[in-house]
Amino acid sequence: MTGAPVLALRGVSKRFGAVQALTDVHLEVHAGEVVALVGDNGAGKSTLVKTIAGVHPIDEGTIEWEGQSVTIGRPHDAQALGVATVYQDLALCDNLDVVGNLFLGRELRRFGTLDEVAMEKRARELLDTLSIRIPSVRIPIAALSGGQRQVVAIARALVGDPKIVILDEPTAALGVEQTAQVLDLVERLRDRGLGVILISHNMADVKAVADTVAVLRLGRNNGVFEVANTSHEEIISAITGATENAVTRRQARLAEDAK
Amino acid sequence: MTTDQTTTPAAPADAAPAVDPRLLVREAGLAGYVAEFKRKMKNGDLGSVPVVLGLILIGAIFQGITGDFLNADILTNITKWIAGPGLIAVGIVFVLLLGEIDLSLGSVAGVSAAIAAVLSARSGYNEWLSCLIAVAAAVAIGALHGFFFAKIGVPAFVVTLAGLLAWSGLQQYVLGDKGTVNVVNDGVLANLDTYFLGDGDIAYTWGLAVLGIALFAAGQLLDARRRAAAGLAARPTSEIALRTGVLAAIALTAAYMLNQDRGLPLPLVVFLGVVVITDFVLRRTSYGRQIFAVGGGVEAARRAGINVAWVRISVFMISAGMAALGGLFIASQQGSADKLLGGGNVLMNSIAAAVIGGTSLFGGRGKTWSALLGILVIQSIITGLDLVHVDQAIQYMITGAVLLAAVVLDSVSRRTRKTAAR
Repeated sequence: MTGAPVLALRGVSKRFGAVQALTDVHLEVHAGEVVALVGDNGAGKSTLVKTIAGVHPIDEGTIEWEGQSVTIGRPHDAQALGVATVYQDLALCDNLDVVGNLFLGRELRRFGTLDEVAMEKRARELLDTLSIRIPSVRIPIAALSGGQRQVVAIARALVGDPKIVILDEPTAALGVEQTAQVLDLVERLRDRGLGVILISHNMADVKAVADTVAVLRLGRNNGVFEVANTSHEEIISAITGATENAVTRRQARLAEDAK
Repeated sequence: MTTDQTTTPAAPADAAPAVDPRLLVREAGLAGYVAEFKRKMKNGDLGSVPVVLGLILIGAIFQGITGDFLNADILTNITKWIAGPGLIAVGIVFVLLLGEIDLSLGSVAGVSAAIAAVLSARSGYNEWLSCLIAVAAAVAIGALHGFFFAKIGVPAFVVTLAGLLAWSGLQQYVLGDKGTVNVVNDGVLANLDTYFLGDGDIAYTWGLAVLGIALFAAGQLLDARRRAAAGLAARPTSEIALRTGVLAAIALTAAYMLNQDRGLPLPLVVFLGVVVITDFVLRRTSYGRQIFAVGGGVEAARRAGINVAWVRISVFMISAGMAALGGLFIASQQGSADKLLGGGNVLMNSIAAAVIGGTSLFGGRGKTWSALLGILVIQSIITGLDLVHVDQAIQYMITGAVLLAAVVLDSVSRRTRKTAAR
């Protein structure tokens, strides 16, 4: 985890009318790193992710891509840079088969017509390298389980060879077994040298796969922790803001005075 | 003509690692086909089977009653009559794939026929030009419907219901006081229905049948070879031979019957051509894939970068264009464009045809071949009932019952699909 981060947000702010959704937020994602983005509802996780994905352009601050300052004004910009976003739901077409979904919007063509053979071959290869087990790449998505769908949605994000993958609550609504499958996949993405931003409410998942936890609270940074050296409680208190109460403020003041 | 997406490709045993143990793989040989067929029947995944069985049943019943239903001249007439409503049904299939409905297509067919007839017969324009203008006008009408639906957000049902009224009004306005315009004698429009290729030369019929069979077999073999070369599960040659054999039996029988009468009718050729081309567009091009994607999940399609509004607008343009073609054939068949053309049950028959043929009302599932199968069923029923002099009131009721049966099948197979998705 050395060198310049692939993606860095510096002092990013975003307003919606009178609401200050993000204030001076910093975030760094390195290649081969899983950054968990946590925070309570309304903390600004989704907004932050959407600024990276180009859905909401930022108002202030800079976004750096491999050390270079870039502008992300629309989803297309983010995709062109190499940011792939996997949404929690509504990401797949039920009636299309796995191959059709993987290549939707960027079909491989041959003489102007769909090259089903090449697409199926690449789909197989992609799923194999990710050790994804799907009964057949030619069955409609409707016939897959929730976990399999999520895995296909993540694989779909990888077709464009991104450098950063954003996963928006990938394990919400999944069973134990399926959650484990998805977490395995997240680790494999990291091993392939991708930067992963993982939004999750589930502390167990975060502890299991993330290297770093970035906590947002009320649209501001509220601490970045190394997962290995941080306890569950510390993260929870950063999320809920329990670290900032009368007791801690008094302790901080006493420490100041003592200097 | 079986549903491709549900046919699980059987992998040869030596490609075992690619096949998941959970996947039901068809056993080798005939027993495998039978087992798979039984399983599909059980799951309610019926494909085209009910339609084909229905067609055979209809043929047998009417042949039994009248004794001459399966005669060459009646079958030839059926293949001529299906072109008009069949082309409209192809347009319906496109709209149904989006999960929408277009109620205006009957009126659009009527107004296009009126424009073509008035321009050519009354104003003396070139007939080809008149037909072209009529189709272009319909496409513009479709673009208008699509705009209100995709950009303004008015439900397609309402937009096209308004269109149903408005365009039949325009149809009457274009036709003027007299209300009926006869097509030019022996002109382009008149010949659409009456022309037989090569003036009935049997070589054309045999040629088309053999060409179709050869192209089908070549396409299947080439595809299988490419798949095998890429290390993917390919259709075994025996299956290709079987499929080609079935197609050959149908095509050659049809060719034989047509040649007993007047040869290869132009309307049939145009209709078949349109079905083949639209089927190719839907299954083999990015545009077709986009239509299915929008029909299967609008949000997912949008996130994949598909221009959903354009797909919707263009589909309404295609459906209206198809309706215009259908209208021209109907006008040709009745020898005139009048106020009633495209009215009555033309629209309902076309929608029924698409659904009976297996295109889902719920979007995202279907093919244009269902327009052909469905309209064959409906036209056979109508023709058969006419032969035995059944009152039109009864015809309506029977057609309605057939439509209901088709929709029930669609709903049931949809339900089993959902429960199969564990």
